[in-house]
Amino acid sequence: MAIEDEYIITIGLEVHCELKTNTKLFCGCANQFGSEPNTNICPVCLGLPGSLPVINERAVEYAIRIGSALSCEIRPSVFHRKNYFYPDMPKDYQVSQYDEPICVNGKLELPSFPKTVRIERAHMEEDTGKTTHVGTSGRIHGADFSLVDYNRAGIPLVEIVSAPDLSSADEAREYVSELRAILVSTKASDGKMEEGSLRVDANVSVRPLGTEKLGTRCEIKNLNSLRSLGRAINYEARRQMEALSAGQSIRQETRHWNEDQGVTSALRSKEEAYDYRYFPEPDLTPLDPDMDEVATIARALGILPPARRLRLRELLDGELTRSELEQVQTCVKFDLDEHVLDAVRTGVPARLALARGSNELASYVNQATVDSFEVAEFPRGKFIEVISLESQGKVSSTQAKTLLSRIASNHNEEVSALIEELGYKAASQDEISELLDRLISENSMEWERLCAGENQLAGFFIGKAMKITNGKVNGKTLASEMAARRLG
Amino acid sequence: MSADKISSNETRHIAHLARLALSEAEIEDFTGQLAAILEHAKDIESLNLDDVAPTRHALPIKNVMRSDEVRKSVNREEVLRMAPETQANMFLVPKIIGED
Repeated sequence: MAIEDEYIITIGLEVHCELKTNTKLFCGCANQFGSEPNTNICPVCLGLPGSLPVINERAVEYAIRIGSALSCEIRPSVFHRKNYFYPDMPKDYQVSQYDEPICVNGKLELPSFPKTVRIERAHMEEDTGKTTHVGTSGRIHGADFSLVDYNRAGIPLVEIVSAPDLSSADEAREYVSELRAILVSTKASDGKMEEGSLRVDANVSVRPLGTEKLGTRCEIKNLNSLRSLGRAINYEARRQMEALSAGQSIRQETRHWNEDQGVTSALRSKEEAYDYRYFPEPDLTPLDPDMDEVATIARALGILPPARRLRLRELLDGELTRSELEQVQTCVKFDLDEHVLDAVRTGVPARLALARGSNELASYVNQATVDSFEVAEFPRGKFIEVISLESQGKVSSTQAKTLLSRIASNHNEEVSALIEELGYKAASQDEISELLDRLISENSMEWERLCAGENQLAGFFIGKAMKITNGKVNGKTLASEMAARRLG
Repeated sequence: MSADKISSNETRHIAHLARLALSEAEIEDFTGQLAAILEHAKDIESLNLDDVAPTRHALPIKNVMRSDEVRKSVNREEVLRMAPETQANMFLVPKIIGED
């Protein structure tokens, strides 16, 4: 029995989401990624004596949007100071929410696993400054000194904490992917993992199969992509299983994921041995959102991913196959659902629109960005034009895919010009008829067998036709011409 | 922490977390003061406060907020000039891990 079959993995995730406000959480400095170092700073975010923080009302609204989208209860809340001595926060504390967070008890449904993940809380806090460790190795250990940029210090964050309800790397990845789709839908965040707008910490533990008590957990930091998340969880779970199997025990600790080496390693105890000494931030007032306003914010939320998937599912009649369900998920995941819906509105059959959206378009988006979730910029009108031609039989499915691929690599290509260039002008009925005459005379034995009921030979003829025409013949048209001929 | 008394080691730990260098005499002194504060907290604990709502803030105010409008940041050069050391327009700080 493989070691993986002897243990159960338990995962809880903490996702830090930067809010897309204009300014920081407690001061009017710009919330802007990629500015020159230390240009968006002021006495408040530098923690200079005498400065006083004031809460950004839009950040509170965004936190309520996120909580509502995750079915949380929105509650009165207070800010606390989390004290620690580290230069990423010049005040020597981070303002966060502790025992009274703004959002509690939410949930998130995974699209392709029958599982609802409980959201324990989503609280507001300020981001820390960015430290760059300079030294021979470039990593924290062995650094000679560090450089600090406080542009990020004070950027509003919502930290979304799940219950330990996930049990595999795949589930964890899907949770983050779905959470990201929801966050983007609320317009409270841009969800860009590559810019650090979404950062994930994973709490991982394992326990022997057949036991109930959760094992000792380790918290993995520095997970900057879905790929890192999956790899780190698999590595860490396996490490714990091997340790337990060898009779060792797991020490509760914070571990750092090293993407290049593909391993997690323990951070030295000093880094984690903080005793945060939380206490209420006396410079800020409690938040007690008006419940009517909360309801208004919740009503104004746009259509969320679960509803977007439902909207696509309802385009199709009857029970959806597994692959159709996957197509629906893919289209929503890559923000291609509007492309599909628009195409269907112009009369393209839903199954065709869904297939071309999820197979062709999604693969172009995927190839272009791998893990970074860029929204598809594929020109919607051209997508509709191509699949309309395909649904009318004016181009074959192979031709349609080629056209889409050409447009994917150059959005300025015109469909009509491409059809001209590639010689996809639909053959006239006469040309098809002539082609079939030639095929029958060159392959009379096969034609007789086809007419006698050996239907698989239809593919033989279409193959021959493709060869003669360099793939330009429309297989469907030829097939119906053959069927008509056989009956006649 | 023992049920009723704070130890001088706990005072040392707290002082370390706050990066305070205290003499032995000060440790003794503050241990006594901290013990008195905890003693006072016990006095409050002994009261029946069932009918008293939790105090979230010293003043009866809530929801004090500002609009999300960008205000001018401070002059970077002026701020960096105050720092002991800088490099590439960033604050240069000593090696972070392993320091004591």
